[in-house]
Amino acid sequence: MLLFSFRKLYSAGISKFFGYAVPACKIKDLSKLPCYYWSGGFVQVSMKLEMKDSPGQLVAALKPISDVGGNIIAVIHQREPDSDHDTLDVQIVLELPEGRLEKLVELLKEQGVHIQRIGEQRLLYKRTVILIGHLMHTGLSDTVDQIDSTGFAEVSELAMSMPAVKDRSSSRLTIKSVSKEDMEAALAILRRVSQQKSLLLIEPLEEIA
Amino acid sequence: MKIALIGLGSVGRGVAEMIAKKDLGLTITGLADSKSGAMDSGGLDIPALLAKKKKNGYCGDTNLAALDIINKADYEVLVEVTPTNALSGEPAIGYIKAALARKKHVVTSNKGPIALASKELRALAQKGGVALRYEATVAGAIPIMHTLEQGLAGNEILALYGVLNGTCNYILTRMAAEGLTYEQALMEAREMGYAEADPTYDVKGIDAAIKLVILANTIWGNGVKLNDVDCTGIDLLTPDALRLAEDDGCTIRLIAEAIPRKHILRVSPRIIEKNHPLVVDGTLNALTLETDMAKEITLIGRGAGSVETASAIIGDLLFIKDRYDGRA
Repeated sequence: MLLFSFRKLYSAGISKFFGYAVPACKIKDLSKLPCYYWSGGFVQVSMKLEMKDSPGQLVAALKPISDVGGNIIAVIHQREPDSDHDTLDVQIVLELPEGRLEKLVELLKEQGVHIQRIGEQRLLYKRTVILIGHLMHTGLSDTVDQIDSTGFAEVSELAMSMPAVKDRSSSRLTIKSVSKEDMEAALAILRRVSQQKSLLLIEPLEEIA
Repeated sequence: MKIALIGLGSVGRGVAEMIAKKDLGLTITGLADSKSGAMDSGGLDIPALLAKKKKNGYCGDTNLAALDIINKADYEVLVEVTPTNALSGEPAIGYIKAALARKKHVVTSNKGPIALASKELRALAQKGGVALRYEATVAGAIPIMHTLEQGLAGNEILALYGVLNGTCNYILTRMAAEGLTYEQALMEAREMGYAEADPTYDVKGIDAAIKLVILANTIWGNGVKLNDVDCTGIDLLTPDALRLAEDDGCTIRLIAEAIPRKHILRVSPRIIEKNHPLVVDGTLNALTLETDMAKEITLIGRGAGSVETASAIIGDLLFIKDRYDGRA
């Protein structure tokens, strides 16, 4: 049995969350970050933080993010050539369960971190589905592409298990989208594709509203 | 209050035994199984008739059929607990009509008549000024109908989600817990007596869909039928799928779901968080109602069983006794 799992870096378009172009980004290893399970909406936030340029400051600034159930998407450390060397500017992109931003701001202030600005936010919806069937024979990459090519939703994670060649395989797909409507549209595409390819699509039970 | 009991399978036996055993003010004056019938307006000797059934395979006089009892016996409430026929609803629909025509109350555990002919039967009951109650048709011992009718009176029911088939829930529980294949778990369910020789009706989600139709018609009176349910069973699930769900803190359950504002009427295997109230183990059933005032209410209990189902039927009988005492 083959089992693999990969996570696409949700790095595309990070620059558009900032008002200006971002130079080379250092994306942290996402697999080592805490993954908070939340089936409701996420808010994606970019922040520009200013902190003392001394050992341990960055870690102290990042800790509150996991405390509020957030996920760090990117940390961009940018040294301004003309800045004085006492402070450090760091930009971070993170996703948070809805309604936790205020708490995060409070915690960051307690850590002595100065928030220069909080960037544009957008809702981030996440849904996990399971597909069962002859996934490889029916073109798994095409199935994924049908979502990715929409431009408003994408498959951000895929885990798969394939028993003997003739047997049906099973996979778990995590889809992300900008809005709830986009998620519905993405799931509608997946339902149609599943039907065409005779795959069994198992959807999550939506949070009871 | 005098009762005519039609059907002496697992459920009928449970009802007869509990009425004989408990002092509930209920007397069985008519009794019929598939081969015979018995009646006595003074009250039948239930233990003797049950013993006869066990010994001979029938309980009464083989010259008396169920319809004879329904049409001639002296009773106030017909308890109709014959096996479900999901396609025609017969002969139960005929039995119920005959009793309603005599202005007798009816209590049934039979899904066929309620799913197929509830509108007509309810109209007949209303015309005769009698009750038609069917608590036992959905989720066994769980008092879902009483909860909707009394406990949640005045609430608008916005949606309902349920685990309504114990056989499927047992199979999924075992697949998740032991990594069994669907075939292995089904075989185990059969050995335990939780699955029929032909499990199609359960594993394809049809049984859950019929219950969903009954609930939807009861709550919203929207006249939906079995064909309106978007129905997917559990027979194509793999142990890998359950493990993939498990890796994410979730599991898979067969969920019946009705959300009228979104035009959703569906039975399908779903990914669900393991700590969700609807994730119950083994043959248990569970139902979550989403309402405007009470918000979410979840009921969990046994969905089948002789005495468990009798509990629902006796609840209906005592409701009728309280409500109509001296007027029927």
